[in-house]
Amino acid sequence: MTKEEALFTYLLRRADDTLILGHRLSEWCGHGPILEEDIALTNLSLDLIGQCTSYFQYAAQIEGKGRTEDDLAFLRIEKDYVNCLMVEQPNGDFGKTITRQFFYDVYHKLLLEALVNSKDEQLSAIAEKSLKEVKYHLRHSSEWMIRLGDGTEESHERMQNAVDDISRFIDELFYKDQVDEMLIKEGIIPDSADFRAAYDAYVTEVLEEATLQLPEKMWQLSGGRKGVHSEHLGYLLAELQYMQRTYPNMEW
Amino acid sequence: MTTISAAEIWGFLEDVKDPEVPVLSVVDLGVVRDVKLREQNKWEVVITPTYSGCPAMQVIEKGIIERLNEEGLEVNVTTVLSPAWTTDWMSEAGREKLRAYGIAPPEDEVDKSVLFAKPTVIPCPNCGSKNTKMVSQFGSTACKAHYKCLNCLEPFDYFKCLR
Ligand SMILES: [Zn+2]
Repeated sequence: MTKEEALFTYLLRRADDTLILGHRLSEWCGHGPILEEDIALTNLSLDLIGQCTSYFQYAAQIEGKGRTEDDLAFLRIEKDYVNCLMVEQPNGDFGKTITRQFFYDVYHKLLLEALVNSKDEQLSAIAEKSLKEVKYHLRHSSEWMIRLGDGTEESHERMQNAVDDISRFIDELFYKDQVDEMLIKEGIIPDSADFRAAYDAYVTEVLEEATLQLPEKMWQLSGGRKGVHSEHLGYLLAELQYMQRTYPNMEW
Repeated sequence: MTTISAAEIWGFLEDVKDPEVPVLSVVDLGVVRDVKLREQNKWEVVITPTYSGCPAMQVIEKGIIERLNEEGLEVNVTTVLSPAWTTDWMSEAGREKLRAYGIAPPEDEVDKSVLFAKPTVIPCPNCGSKNTKMVSQFGSTACKAHYKCLNCLEPFDYFKCLR
């Protein structure tokens, strides 16, 4: 594996996380529990889709095979997507969507803060840009965790169920393989282990405030970074890719 | 052959408006970062997006090309992400135009990491009252939050601070 190949894979992991989470959030369009949250969730979605565009453009350039950002976003098969499993989990109720968002936002912010120092100028620039947006995302999801966790009996119970469910995907956020090892050595990406403690501390602080608890150590699921996904991704891709598959090369 | 200066190019760019906030030019907004002469009559305009997913950027790029083509100039628009756009780059004229248009311009805001921080007081662009309330941090476009004036009762957009 060359450095370029490692970087290409890494960029796809970033791109796919933001694309798939952005798509999931867009499913809320017109279905939000209140108008303000409908607009908030689709705003988050727009930020993430914008971020994925930057990663895909750069990935296409690094690959240098003439593929475009659209080819990468819309025309790969399921096992070629390398997003983490957390982001492809179905929306469930608003509480579950917020919980998924929260666990990802904490990671996302810490990652971007470190990625800004990348020796790769373009990756650093994308991180710098995205970080400003993700700070808003994290505040939004953190406040809802507390509001709903420490809300009514009903909202508390739903949030605790969501925490039990989504926390099975936390360890995968910190997954590392030879792609990461090579890029860490080159100073292109941070070592995610360096911010694991900060991740746990922030999560614990907010969950305590929300009167919620992380379950006792549960079986952790992984596979997304290698293209092994839960059954949910296929359905999501069927919708995401429909237009490009049905009308190849269509443009808005 | 007349030579055109960079200052004149900046002047032409004043005519290119943000499609979502049409009172602001791309210069007021601070998205034009540089104007460079590449060769005779061939210019490069460097822009940076406000938000990663801002759908206005493509329209803005087209608008810049069309405006300079009108002057018989060729132009190449390039996009840079760093340094990342901040509302501090919005011109004073731009802030006044926003207010006159009914959108509250960006104010200094509290640290975003503070949860449940009291939202910054944003004066109503219609009546000037400080008795306003944030309805949602996320508004009609990525760059705006949604507020309501408790004095004149008008809802209004706030162009939120991004740093
Ligand atoms: Zn008012």
